[in-house]
Amino acid sequence: MSPADTIAQPALWPLSLIVFLPALVAAVMALPVIPKAREELIRWITLATTVTVFVLSLWMAWPTLFGAVGPAQFTVGEAGMQAVVKRPWIPAFNIDYLLGVDGISMPLVVLTTFLSVLACGASWPITKHVKAYHVLFLLLETGMLGVFVSLDFFLFYVFWEVMLLPMYFLIGIWGGPRREYAAIKFFLYTLFGSVLMLLAILMLYFTSDLRSLSPEQLVASHVVSPALDAAGQADAVAVIRSAKGPIHTFNLLALAQLGQLPNSPFAAVNLWGMSLETWAFLLLLIGFVIKVPVVPVHTWLPDAHVEAPTPISMILAGVLLKLGGYGILRICYPICPGAGLSLAWLVCGLGVVSMVYGAFAALAQKDFKRMVAYSSVSHMGYVMLGLGVWSATAGNEFRWDAWAQGVNGAMFQMLAHGISSAGMFFMVGVLYDRVHHRNLEEFGGIFNRMPVYSGLAVALFFAGLGLPGLCGFIGEVLVTLSSWNYSRVLAVISAFTVILTAAYILWAIQRVYLGGEYKGPHGDHLTPITGRELAIATPLVFLAILFGVAPQLIFNYVTPSVNRQVETLADWTRDIGGKPPQPVAGGPVPAEVTGVR
Amino acid sequence: MDLGSLLTGAISDTLDVSLPLFRVELTLAATIVLVLLCRMLPVLRWLDSGLVALGGVAFALWYAWCDLRGLPGAPWPAVAAAAVPASRELFGGLLIFDPLTAFIRFLLAGFLVLYIPFTKISGIPDREDGADFYTLVLGASLGMCLMASSNHLLMLFMAVEMASVPSYALVGILKGRKASSEAALKYVVYGAGAAGVMLYGISLLAGVLGTCHFPSMAAELGSIVGESPESFYAAASTGPIMVLALGSLMLAAGLAFKLSAVPFHFWCPDVLEGAAAEVGGFLSVASKAAAVALALRVAFGLGWLGGEEIAGASALGLADVRHFAVYLIGLMAAVTCTLGNLAAYGQTNMKRLLAYSTIAHAGYLLMGVAAAVALRGVDPEGCRRAVAAIAFYLGTYVFMNLGAFALVAVLRNQLRSEEIAAYAGLVRTSPGLVVAAAAVLVSLIGLPPLAGFVSKFLVFASIVEAISVAAERPLMLVLLVVGGINTVISLFYYLRVLKVMTFDPPPEDRIATPSTVWLPGALITALVVPVVVLGVFWSGLYAYAQLAGTFAS
Repeated sequence: MSPADTIAQPALWPLSLIVFLPALVAAVMALPVIPKAREELIRWITLATTVTVFVLSLWMAWPTLFGAVGPAQFTVGEAGMQAVVKRPWIPAFNIDYLLGVDGISMPLVVLTTFLSVLACGASWPITKHVKAYHVLFLLLETGMLGVFVSLDFFLFYVFWEVMLLPMYFLIGIWGGPRREYAAIKFFLYTLFGSVLMLLAILMLYFTSDLRSLSPEQLVASHVVSPALDAAGQADAVAVIRSAKGPIHTFNLLALAQLGQLPNSPFAAVNLWGMSLETWAFLLLLIGFVIKVPVVPVHTWLPDAHVEAPTPISMILAGVLLKLGGYGILRICYPICPGAGLSLAWLVCGLGVVSMVYGAFAALAQKDFKRMVAYSSVSHMGYVMLGLGVWSATAGNEFRWDAWAQGVNGAMFQMLAHGISSAGMFFMVGVLYDRVHHRNLEEFGGIFNRMPVYSGLAVALFFAGLGLPGLCGFIGEVLVTLSSWNYSRVLAVISAFTVILTAAYILWAIQRVYLGGEYKGPHGDHLTPITGRELAIATPLVFLAILFGVAPQLIFNYVTPSVNRQVETLADWTRDIGGKPPQPVAGGPVPAEVTGVR
Repeated sequence: MDLGSLLTGAISDTLDVSLPLFRVELTLAATIVLVLLCRMLPVLRWLDSGLVALGGVAFALWYAWCDLRGLPGAPWPAVAAAAVPASRELFGGLLIFDPLTAFIRFLLAGFLVLYIPFTKISGIPDREDGADFYTLVLGASLGMCLMASSNHLLMLFMAVEMASVPSYALVGILKGRKASSEAALKYVVYGAGAAGVMLYGISLLAGVLGTCHFPSMAAELGSIVGESPESFYAAASTGPIMVLALGSLMLAAGLAFKLSAVPFHFWCPDVLEGAAAEVGGFLSVASKAAAVALALRVAFGLGWLGGEEIAGASALGLADVRHFAVYLIGLMAAVTCTLGNLAAYGQTNMKRLLAYSTIAHAGYLLMGVAAAVALRGVDPEGCRRAVAAIAFYLGTYVFMNLGAFALVAVLRNQLRSEEIAAYAGLVRTSPGLVVAAAAVLVSLIGLPPLAGFVSKFLVFASIVEAISVAAERPLMLVLLVVGGINTVISLFYYLRVLKVMTFDPPPEDRIATPSTVWLPGALITALVVPVVVLGVFWSGLYAYAQLAGTFAS
């Protein structure tokens, strides 16, 4: 047992519980201890689990709410990784059970646990195979939370894939008429992306070598635990640095440190005319942008969203899309900064294209839910643009404030979109539950029949539109402002997209909620909003307004971590003179090494 | 040296060295005799042949475990001193005992310990056929153990035949079933052809090299290839090198038949569809494990000379041999994998689908073999990791594929059908079985957190390692891409089975069947739980796989 195993890790239980409690409950529920017929009990158990996880995550994220601050809790305003948990998992490959949160992942964890509670509440109308549904739902929650807290690339990948199967069944069994097609399409797209990601992971792993990191970097990346005393740290560092062969690593923080070395091992290797760094960046980027999704790999999304049941649409839009953005922010850029710098135009371009394309596509939809789905494509385009401008150099001064503005905006946009899109999907679902159709042409006059519902719905749609004072505004404005420094053309386009957004949302509001009288089918089923639905919609509306008027509630968490990452990368860009390092020339291994003639 | 001392030497070698390290095979042989005796002697008639076989196999497993654990450098549980040598030629060089032998033997014995209860529970064979069935299974397993440890071309041929001949009879064990007899006949004819080709190849190799003993062959090969004035491929059109290349291609054809690698895979779907699911499980798991081990043996035995330093030209010659082997195995792997996955897509019969799935998995395994051979000369550590990846893959494959065939057998007993369409809506009546099927099939796709993912991850990792150091970089890149694409393709057909089980409504005319009684349930659980556990906690098995990898030292 190495000394690292014995040091106290206060966050081990809280963080592990947040991730694994849903899976644990799912496993117990899957056993035949609770009869299938006790559907109400199953629903309540699931709700209790999600609420527990939400409270736990809130306890971590917002210590002052619960009184005293413990060592396992999150310190707001600190930039670095906190609550790090490290246990050896597969020593043969240096794979660790390495978890941790910082200002980037903590808000996303809370968003996930929060939306899970709401989605669980929104699952009440599900009557088909209730037990199986809730088991899969809880497994999905574990997968999502695991991705946000893993700091080990292998672990990250495992969680990333764990989400796929529950999602496949949730869409495929409880979905709409074309559910099978939508489910397999979702699975195929994502699996294709993750296979590419796996190849990139392997490439990075075998090129990495912990021996090239300084002792400070080893401690900073938690390869050597900072909780050890100085002598213990020195011993652990000496063990690593005196190793005979290279020590590979899956540690995301260490990989980032390696990628940002002036003589980055990833940039030095040349594979078919491009550096390994560029290959890895591209492979990872494809894997992530399929999840975001951006045009042209977005086509799974409208199908999956439309066919999925309402709570699953909420989770899909609210959380799953964020995984892509999170992956780009946490993995692509820090590990492959050189490729990020030289391919910034690609990321920004993809963002702007999906922004515009998604908005036009949304404008053309007749299906209410499909329209909301395309609005997600458009809104996630802002996230891509915000992340992409990061690599830009403002003039030749390598200023980081403009980049930081874009990344902060992208982070805010992800969280805001998590709230507004989940809300929009829920509102569409409420209407669909009553009239069993989603044809925009056949709505109208809902305001007269369901005034409370319509008020809340319009508020959420306005949040999606980006009305000042609501949460959608802040992210869009920050991204657009920061992109001005990168490319005026892109900034102008993204600013004008707001008009398109306004057009499709206002037009939808007009067609659905306004108008004289509802003339579509099942008009007599338009009952007022129920207490359960109100309990789900109100918090979403409340947060949409709260984050619109007090964005610093989110920025307090996000900004320190984002700024530090951006600043580090800005310094890195300055140190290399603004030009990505070139791989050393050299093709396949020369014959005298391999002995083959 | 006179005859007397030669004889004494041979006797002492046999009794003191070889036989103690041969006890697993001896136990299997004794079990066969016992099973047959039980049938012959009226006094012992009451004994169930399956239980006798299980008892014998349990002993074999214990010995195999002791051998494995006694190896130097064995991981948990640590032993004070190595009980067996790291590597030892047996019976005058016919066989070799090394970590790979010990690992594969342990795997085969462990497989049998799971397999015999499975056949007892699923009801094939019936009591009447039991003795025949278990004799054949044990005989074939004995041959497979020899395959994994052969160090001599003659032994190789004998072992392959010893594993094959009982398999032919096993395929036809469902007497009076036309499909079964047809499959058996097809298998025999195909197998006989493959054996003939292989034997011809063996005689060509033996004729040119003057020996059948792998290390001596490698030495000869190295000097012939290394001292030829032209490069390997230029020389391959004339003279002894052409004969050698031809001979090795023929040898490879025989091995590819056992592995069901393309283009020698045609028997596999027909045989597995015609034979009982129980036999299919045996052929696709045990036979495959032995064949992969044998492929490793041949490629490493002929392409590498361990121990003493060999001269420059000879070393270069062996590098050429390995290069040739890597391309041969690698291309075969890529084609096998792709064809298996594409052909599986259109299948409607579950056993046929699984047959193509085993073909595809043979492809993934061969990719690992190609990477291991490619790394042999340039990166010994990486080579050991590649062998460990293959060993780990085989270890998890036992549970995945035996689990899949066990499910087919259990479902056949419930539904009286092996068509995928008959599984429609199964989730409503037997949710437990569907969850098990999901675990097994998703593991075969290779998704975390299941064992199949780890296996695939390890093999791909070895290929990536080979890309960075080996001379066969373009081929390795092709393998990586092909492997990745195939993983995505395979998603379709495995998921289709799950889709039918869960999404589709059950057929109207389904007879109300009893839900799984506890014995089949326990069997499936015993096979599926490791698939999940090995996907998360794989350090233990991997440590032993690494031990097996040290055979390439």
